[in-house]
Amino acid sequence: MASTATVDAAFLDKDGRPLFHLAEEPHHPEGSSTMLGFWMYLMSDCLIFACLFATYAVLGGNYAAGPGPHDLFDLPLVALNTAMLLFSSITYGFAMLAMEKNRVAATQAWLAITGLFGLAFLGIELYEFAHLIHEGATPMRSGFLSAFFALVGTHGLHVTFGIVWLVTLMAQVAKKGLIPANQRRLMCLSMFWHFLDVVWIGVFTFVYLMGMLR
Amino acid sequence: MSAHDQHDAHDHHEAGQSHGTFGSYMIGFALSVILTAIPFWLVMTGYFANPQTTAIVIMAFAVVQIIVHMIYFLHMNTRSESGWTMMALIFTIVLVVITLSGSMWVMYHLNTNMMPQMQGMSPHDMSQMP
Repeated sequence: MASTATVDAAFLDKDGRPLFHLAEEPHHPEGSSTMLGFWMYLMSDCLIFACLFATYAVLGGNYAAGPGPHDLFDLPLVALNTAMLLFSSITYGFAMLAMEKNRVAATQAWLAITGLFGLAFLGIELYEFAHLIHEGATPMRSGFLSAFFALVGTHGLHVTFGIVWLVTLMAQVAKKGLIPANQRRLMCLSMFWHFLDVVWIGVFTFVYLMGMLR
Repeated sequence: MSAHDQHDAHDHHEAGQSHGTFGSYMIGFALSVILTAIPFWLVMTGYFANPQTTAIVIMAFAVVQIIVHMIYFLHMNTRSESGWTMMALIFTIVLVVITLSGSMWVMYHLNTNMMPQMQGMSPHDMSQMP
C-alpha cells in the first residue's frame, strides 16, 4: 500500500507529525475483507475437525468387546455417499459459473440440484446411523463408536447447516437477484461447501477405508 | 481519490478471489473421481495382500485429492488476498499435524494396562465375547 515516504495526509496532523489515533477510520469498500474473514473461519473449523480426527485416531481401536468396523461399515453405501458429495461439489461449481455470467435462473437451478445432492448425502448418512443404532451400535456402546459418531455426526451437522444456508441464499437471490452482496454470500457458501467435501475425503479414507483394513 | 477507490473496487472483484472456469472445474471433478475410485477399489478388492501397504497408498491418494480440491474447487493460490489465505492455510496445516501426530504419539500406550487376554484379539473375536 502507501510507503512511509508518501504517507497519506490523513495520517498526519497539521504540523506534519504522524497521527496515532485517527479521527476517521480509513475507508474500506463494503465486503472487502469478507472472503479473508470467512477463510479464517474455515481454518478454525478445520482445527475442530482435526481434534475430532485425533480423538478417533486414539479411541478408534477401543471396541469394548463391541462391534468393530468390519461388522458395521458398508463400503458400497459409503462410496455412494461420497459420490453424492462429489456431485454436489461440481454442481455448486456450475452455479458459481452461472453466477459470474449473471444468469439468475441457471444459478438457482444449479443451487437447487446441489441442495438435492446434499439432501441425498444426509439421507444416506441418517439411514446408516439408524441402521447402526438399530443394531445396538450406539455412541454409548464403545469408545470407537463415540468417536465415530462425534466425527461423522459433526460433518453431517455441517452439511445440514450448509443446506439451510443454501435455501436461505436461494430465497435471497429470488428476492433481490444477483446483487454484489448476494454474490459475496454465494462465494462464502461455495468455500464452505467445498471445504466440507475436503473434510469428507479425510473421513472416508481415515474412518471407513482404514477401518476396513484393521 | 476516486481513481484509488475504483482501483480498490476493481481489485476486490478481480484479484480478491480467483474464480474457476468450466474447464478447471471439470479437470478437478475428473481427478477427484479417479482419486476416490482407486482407494475404494483397492480396499474392496483387497488388491494388496498387506493391509499396511494399502493404508499407505490410500493415505497418499487422500493427500493428493485434498490438494486437487484446494486448487480446483477452493481456488487456492499464493496471490489471493495478498497471500494471507495461503499463510493461514500453512499455519492451520502445522497445527493439524501437531494435533494429530501429538495425540497419537502421547496416547500410543493407552491400552498397555488393559486385561492381558485382550491383547492380540481381533475385534471380531471380541465381539463374540459375552
